[in-house]
This record gives sequence, C-alpha cells and structure tokens, in this order.
Amino acid sequence: MADTLSRVQRIIVDRLGVDAAEVTLEASITEDLGGDSLDSMDLILELEDEFSIEISDADAEKIKTVGDIVSYINSHS
Amino acid sequence: MTKRVVITGMGVISPIGNDLSSFWNNVITGQSGIQTVTRFDVSEYPTKIAGEVNDFDPEVYMDKKDVRRMDRFVQFAVGAAKDALKHADLDLTTMDRDRVGVYIGSGIGGLSTLEEEHRKLMEKGPRRVSPFFIPMMIPNMAAGQVSISLGAKGPNSAAISACATGTNAIGDAAKIVERGEADVMIAGGTEATITPMAFAGFCSAKAMSTHNEEPQKASRPFDKERDGFVMGEGAGVLILENLDHALARGATIYAEVVGYGMTGDAHHLTSPAPEGEGAARSMKRALMSAGLAPEDIGYINAHGTSTGPNDKFETMAIKTTFGEHAYKLAVSSTKSMHGHMLGAAGGVEAIITALALKEGILPPTINYEHPDPECDLDYVPNEARKVQVRAALSNSLGFGGHNATIVLKSYEEL
Repeated sequence: MADTLSRVQRIIVDRLGVDAAEVTLEASITEDLGGDSLDSMDLILELEDEFSIEISDADAEKIKTVGDIVSYINSHS
Repeated sequence: MTKRVVITGMGVISPIGNDLSSFWNNVITGQSGIQTVTRFDVSEYPTKIAGEVNDFDPEVYMDKKDVRRMDRFVQFAVGAAKDALKHADLDLTTMDRDRVGVYIGSGIGGLSTLEEEHRKLMEKGPRRVSPFFIPMMIPNMAAGQVSISLGAKGPNSAAISACATGTNAIGDAAKIVERGEADVMIAGGTEATITPMAFAGFCSAKAMSTHNEEPQKASRPFDKERDGFVMGEGAGVLILENLDHALARGATIYAEVVGYGMTGDAHHLTSPAPEGEGAARSMKRALMSAGLAPEDIGYINAHGTSTGPNDKFETMAIKTTFGEHAYKLAVSSTKSMHGHMLGAAGGVEAIITALALKEGILPPTINYEHPDPECDLDYVPNEARKVQVRAALSNSLGFGGHNATIVLKSYEEL
C-alpha cells in the first residue's frame, strides 16, 4: 500500500506540478490538485504504464481521488 | 483615420542568443550559430547540421506542468513573447486586456510531438496516444498559449504560410492595430523542427546544405558555392503598438511599421516563380502601401536562404522592383548566421531590421567569399556596416509561393 502510494504520488507530482505533501489519499485530482479533464486522461495512461495494468474508460470515470487510484491499483495488479 | 503602428518591444530565442542584447551583438559581429545536430542521431542523414537553440530552459518562463503541455515551438513563443513584453515595459495587469491581441504563427507546428505520439500509436496502439497530442501539435497553439499565459484577450490568430509565416503574422497584426481594433499586438513567428521527419523530408527534397564538415560556413546566401539552406529554430516576437498609446506611456520606439505587401506565385509548390516575379510584386505592394518610392529604401533584410534558386530569383526580384536603385541599397541575409528558422524567420528578421534602423548598423551576410555573377548586389559581405538608413524592407518567401514583405521606417514625428 505504502509503496503504491509513493509511486502514485511521484507520478502526480510530475504531471500536475504539485507538492508531494498535497497528494494525500483524500485529495481530489480535479478539485484539490488542479487537474483538468486532459490531465486526468493523461494520468490514467501514465498509471497504466507504471503498473502494467489496463483501466477501462468506465473504471477511469469512477476515479476521483488519490485514494481511488491506490485502491484500484492494489485490487487489479 | 488609420492609426500609426510602432515597435516598442522585442523578444528572441535563437541559435545565436536567447536574449535580445546578446543576439544583436552576435548579429553585428557576424557570429554563426550553426553546429552539428545534437537533438537526434543524424548519422544516416545527408545533412547533419543546423542552428540549434542552446541552453533554453522553459522553466524560466513557465511552471513545470505547463512545460509538459507545450511542444518546443510553443515554449519558444511563450518565452519570446514574455521577453518582448518585458522589453516594452508593458504590464498587462494594468491594461484593458481586450485591447491586447496575439498573432503568432508557425510554419509546421508541433512536429516532434507528432513524431513521438505517432510512434506510440504504431508500437502500442491508439489507446496510448496522449490526450495532449492534438493541443500540443496544432500550429495555432503558439498564439493560443501566449494569450493564455499573458491574459491577452484581444484579436487572436495565427498565420501559417511556410517560411513567410513570421512576416505575414507581423503584417496582419500591424493591420489590426492600424484599423484601431487593438492597442497592442504581440506578433511574430516560432518554429522547432530539428526533428527526424523534418530532416528526412527536406533532405529528400534536396533543399538543405550538406556542408557538414564546416557547419559555421554552411549557410552562405548569395555566395556562388551555396548548396542549400541550413535549418534553424527559435522564435521572434514583437510588440506592435498604436503610436498614441506608446507615446502616452512614454515607451521607447524602435521603428514604425509603415507598409505590408503579400502575393502568391501561382506557379509551383516549392520553386519560386521565374525571375522572382511574385516576390517583386510583394515588394511593390509593400512600397505602395507605405507610400514610399524605391529610392527611399536603404536596406533589405533578404529572405536569402542560401539555396541556388531563392538567392538568384530574389536578386532578380529586387532589381525588377528597384531598377537602378537596386545597386545602391544594401541587402543582407542574416540566415547566414542564425540559419533558416522557417516560420520564425520573419519574426527574427523583423527584429533585426528594426534594430538596424534604431542603431544605424546594417548586419552582414557572413560566409560571402565567391561572387556569383547572377547575384551582383551589395550584400554587406562579412562585416556589419555603420549606416543610418531611413527605411528598410524585410522579405519572407515560402513553399506554396507565399511572398510577404514588410516596410519598417525610423520613427519620426510628423
């Protein structure tokens, strides 16, 4: 879990230009971290590469927070 | 009544300097910015040289997140535009931003982004293509991102006319100020195509110099030994301002934009029209719109690409336009130093032309060693010349037969 979170944090910090401290499990990608719709799609692609998984469009739409990402990855990889 | 349009600021990112003062110093001391390509492996290409922009750090101009969303050609434009505004001492936060517009073009657009995303498409399939692909690649995005990053909400567009792009953008933008539709236009051109595909295409067309052993001698406009253009990259952006607006805020005026002409060759996709008749008509139109006689022009910043046909036909066009006066005025191609910056060429060369008028120094054509009987004008060979001219032209001629000319004049109160 901790390892997944730190890898996700690194990607989000890189893509969204935010501080690592802001990337908490509760943080919303769009509302708290300033991501727009293009960032969200870009992030999904990056996560797929990083964790060698495939996230369907339907599942991607349900992902709102950093915590959503971490639990999705932990249950699918 | 039409408004007078003056240049009050300039920003440049180029192979011979990423700030205006070192750039100008390199221009008047005849420095070449051509080197062996480092941006990709050129071992299989007949042309291995280019004018690369060195030491450009986009994070000086924008945060990391924006860097990732912009192709290199857009980063150059944003950098040059911010520098130009600073040079003009303009603060948009205190202005009516609806009166500030942007007109910046690119000849090709985000080719390196296209190449990278196309590779992903071929190797991994359509799902792997970045959602930023289209908004990074489209050539109008320089104008879009400059307006976004500066908050300029006035007229906004982009010229796309190959190597005439920068001059068309400046001419079109000047008309917007002249018509009173904006007080300030941020105008120019940008390009970043030192990429495998662009090189492959231009090499196949046999358009580029293969003078690889001595890169700094490869771009030699009007010289008999010229063997093709040398690609450059970068951006040149100018602040075009309504004269009254500039005077009211006590701005430094570098030159006045007094004329603009453009024509189409209606001839061939890459070759200039015989005798450069399209370029001649462009220069004539520009002079007519400026209300100047041929004898009023003291300097021409030529398109001068260092290809066989361009330099020969542009010389003929100058003779057609100026008659006997063609032998009295000075002509130079600064592409001998910064290379052919394609869509950015007109922007960078307008900056040089404005500074030539302001400083009373004509920039040289370097690498001029072997006179060509077909190119027999005064090309300001190898060394800059201290001469105060009153008015000057800058020519840009592009694939597709686009010809564009602007006329700049030293600022004088009437």
